[in-house]
Amino acid sequence: MERTVLVIEDEPNIIEAISFILSRDGWRVVTHSNGVDAVDAVASRRPDLVILDVMLPGRSGFDILRDLRAEEGTAALPVLMLTARGQTQDRELAQSLGASRFMAKPFSNAEVLEAANALVAS
Amino acid sequence: MPSLNLLIGVCLAYVALLFLVAFGAERAAFRGRGAWLRSPWVYTLSLSIYCTAWTFYGAVGYAARSGMEYLTIYIGPTLVMIGWFWAVRKLVRIGRSQNITSIADLISSRYGKSNLLGVLVTLLAVIGTTPYIALQLQSVTLSVASFSLADATVRPLSDQNSTAFWVAAGLAFFTVLFGTRNLDANERHHGVVMAIAVEAVVKLVALMAVGVFVVWGIGGGVSETLARIDASRLGDWQIQPDRWLALTGLSAAAFLCLPRMFQVLVVENEEEGHLRTASWAFPAYLLLMSLFVVPIAVTGLDLLPEGSNPDLFVLSLPLAEGQNGLALLSFIGGFSSATSMVIVASIALSTMVSNHIVMPIWLSRQVGGAMVSGDVRYVVITARRLSIIGVLALGYLYYRVSGGSSALAAIGLISFSGVAQFLPALIGGLFWRGANRIGALAGLVVGGGLWLWCLFLPSFGPDMILPGAVMVDGPFGIGWLRPYALFGIQGLDPLVHGVLWSLLLNTGVFVVTCLLTFPSPMERLQGAQFVNVFDHSGATRGWSGAMAQSEDLMIMAQRILGARDAQELFRIAAEDQGLQGYLPEPTPDFLRRLERALSGSVGAATAHAMIGQITGGANVSVEDLLAVADETAQIMEHSSQLEAQSAELERTARQLRAANEKLTALSVQKDAFLSQISHELRTPMTSIRAFSEIMRDTDTLEPQEKVKYAGIIHGEAVRLTRLLDDLLDLSVLENGQVRMNVSSGPLRAVLDHAISATGADRGAMRLTLRGALDADLRTDRDRLAQVFINLIANAQKYCDAKEQELRISARDMDGILIVDFIDNGSGVAAEEQDLIFEKFSRVGHQQAGGAGLGLAICREIMVRLGGSITYLPGQGGAAFRVTLPASDAMAAQ
Repeated sequence: MERTVLVIEDEPNIIEAISFILSRDGWRVVTHSNGVDAVDAVASRRPDLVILDVMLPGRSGFDILRDLRAEEGTAALPVLMLTARGQTQDRELAQSLGASRFMAKPFSNAEVLEAANALVAS
Repeated sequence: MPSLNLLIGVCLAYVALLFLVAFGAERAAFRGRGAWLRSPWVYTLSLSIYCTAWTFYGAVGYAARSGMEYLTIYIGPTLVMIGWFWAVRKLVRIGRSQNITSIADLISSRYGKSNLLGVLVTLLAVIGTTPYIALQLQSVTLSVASFSLADATVRPLSDQNSTAFWVAAGLAFFTVLFGTRNLDANERHHGVVMAIAVEAVVKLVALMAVGVFVVWGIGGGVSETLARIDASRLGDWQIQPDRWLALTGLSAAAFLCLPRMFQVLVVENEEEGHLRTASWAFPAYLLLMSLFVVPIAVTGLDLLPEGSNPDLFVLSLPLAEGQNGLALLSFIGGFSSATSMVIVASIALSTMVSNHIVMPIWLSRQVGGAMVSGDVRYVVITARRLSIIGVLALGYLYYRVSGGSSALAAIGLISFSGVAQFLPALIGGLFWRGANRIGALAGLVVGGGLWLWCLFLPSFGPDMILPGAVMVDGPFGIGWLRPYALFGIQGLDPLVHGVLWSLLLNTGVFVVTCLLTFPSPMERLQGAQFVNVFDHSGATRGWSGAMAQSEDLMIMAQRILGARDAQELFRIAAEDQGLQGYLPEPTPDFLRRLERALSGSVGAATAHAMIGQITGGANVSVEDLLAVADETAQIMEHSSQLEAQSAELERTARQLRAANEKLTALSVQKDAFLSQISHELRTPMTSIRAFSEIMRDTDTLEPQEKVKYAGIIHGEAVRLTRLLDDLLDLSVLENGQVRMNVSSGPLRAVLDHAISATGADRGAMRLTLRGALDADLRTDRDRLAQVFINLIANAQKYCDAKEQELRISARDMDGILIVDFIDNGSGVAAEEQDLIFEKFSRVGHQQAGGAGLGLAICREIMVRLGGSITYLPGQGGAAFRVTLPASDAMAAQ
């Protein structure tokens, strides 16, 4: 069974890096690059995992996470949050909003891969 | 028969005697001698001005016309002095403790010092008294005439007017001389009072002498006289109960309300104790005055020819019997009665007129109100003197107008009922704390109005003032408004009718209005002072400590002075009194000492009021309260200073709060800035790390993949470097540490440099330049070029038109160089135009690669160069305007 990851990120280079890492491991990678309609994208793509950036054009990653957790269909969806700000209060906020995992940029490729596989069993 | 010349001579001699008496009394009082001046007998005799010429001559006439009814005039005051002694005493106490100068002053003071009431009472008093003065002039004139009728050298009757005139003028002179020596109306007129006392004796002796002559000289003894009385018509007169009641009440009211009676009874009172003597001696005097009235009347009716004026029996009987000396004495007695009344009445009225009418008008015309005291003194004295002359002139005028025809008694009673209108307000004010100003005004207006309509105006006789038709049919034919049959009540005696209606409605309106309205604080205060005058008016401001509680005083003193000081004060005082412990007897001496100690802390007036409250002698006078108010004002001022200080503190606190808020905001901005920088640094580093790990860990990379990923790493490294450069640049610019390298050159050169640096001259974007491109610049041209480069690069990056186009135009406007950069893209959204110059405000386009510091740096540079950079809305595309001072202005910097 092929696993699908939706990467919601606005930096093209970072999208490319994550895509490379995960697709090499057998993930099907789909991407979305703005915050405004990210929740709709999740609903239509129905991924097994969401990798979510915090600072997105149009809408904050935290708001998107809150919406996802409020929806019945996505309430339990594994969400890996990435942020370039990396402060403690961001980590706490992410946890309180129900992020499955939280990672600061720059990340290690192995860590991202390990986290994705831990969140969604093959 | 004494000649007229003799008569005038005797009059002048008598007047000269009065002058001497008055002058002597004044001198004695001035030198502080003359305890006899302050005798209760003098006071009692001065009260005899109640007995005017009306009583002297008129009582006999009254008896001859209406029988025993004349007695009511004596019964009223007797009842007041004996039965209502305590009320009179209260009146005198109030008059003394409040420094009352007249009945107008009393009523005005009682009702919150209302001058309107003072004016009203004064006017009513003047109107009511004028006929009475005319009456006295008439009696003197008639008595002179009765001599001249018998005189061989008969004078024309018209000379009566000149007699009245000279009498009035003489009285005015005497009154001005002795009535206005002292400014303070409350200072007693010793000379005048003494002269009146002498006159009182003279008129009593004269009347008694005539009476004795009539009973024993003509009648032949007491029993014969009694028989003559029995046989006369006088016994046939029916007593009319309504008239008796009305007249007794009226004379009682007048005794208290007549301005002249108030003057001698209250204002001229030396000692409250004198009242005790007067309370029996004055009724006795009245008894003596009335003793021989009936015998004289009966004898006169018997012996004198039909048609003789009974008002002059006292004079004409001795004349008819050839007793010239006795007639002369009788004449002097009548003269005394008339003059004493006129003198005191005009003093009383002049005080009222000057205090309540002239002075308020004069004071209101003084601009600024600041004046020399001597100035006021002169004005007051002049006002009094003119008032006296005015009052006498009015009396004379009334005498001339009324023609001197009416019976004496009728005029007297009308005058009585006029001043009796003061009674409800007076008695209410003395005994009822609920009485108030509005009520007093309403009662006085109603009562005074009815008196004018029902009694005063008709007294002139039909067609004099009121047309006869009004008397018969009522005004405008309204029957129930007829002066003698008000509201359709007919058949009453006109006097009883008028008195009944005026006093009834006066009292009713007064009471009802008082119940419906509320007194002002000043009225409440004055009301309490008047009604409870005995509770708290000691003769002086000292303390009678009888009721004082030492413990209470101690508690209060501790509260104010502190426990230790208070105990020390009390202990020493107790020691001085030879007592053990801390509680001295509350002697007046100790209370004064305590008051002094307290006043050091809380002010004199407050201290006095506080002790007063505890000792029970709570004499809180208006002065006390005003003093308290003054102290309170000082405290208020002090507290307003404190308030100002606290406002200052408040202001400082507010400034601190604002500064704190600003710092907090700055801290928040700093956090946001750091967070932004963190994001801007971490983002390229994330790409660099991710791709370098990929290249390190992946052996199977295609060569073109390797090149691509190495290119990404390189590009992100460059981006990092640029970001750090921009941050440093901005930091330097913001801190003002940047050095400007000013050089001269044309605008075109700077633009060319920027265009070639951005490669715009080689790219697809179409460039147009026009305007004042050759304008000379004197500025840091490298920095300016940096701004231009930024703007051109932005256009290259963000212009979303299919065929990019950038128009650059320059013009010189009043020494300011303006350079506009306008592209043909969709521009910046209106809501973002304010944000684009902020740091990291990279709006919309993420992919363009900038960190969002470019325009922030441009703004800083332009500020340093003395110019500006702004966004121009509404130009079609993105439009920026750069302004610079022209070269000479810049050079001046």
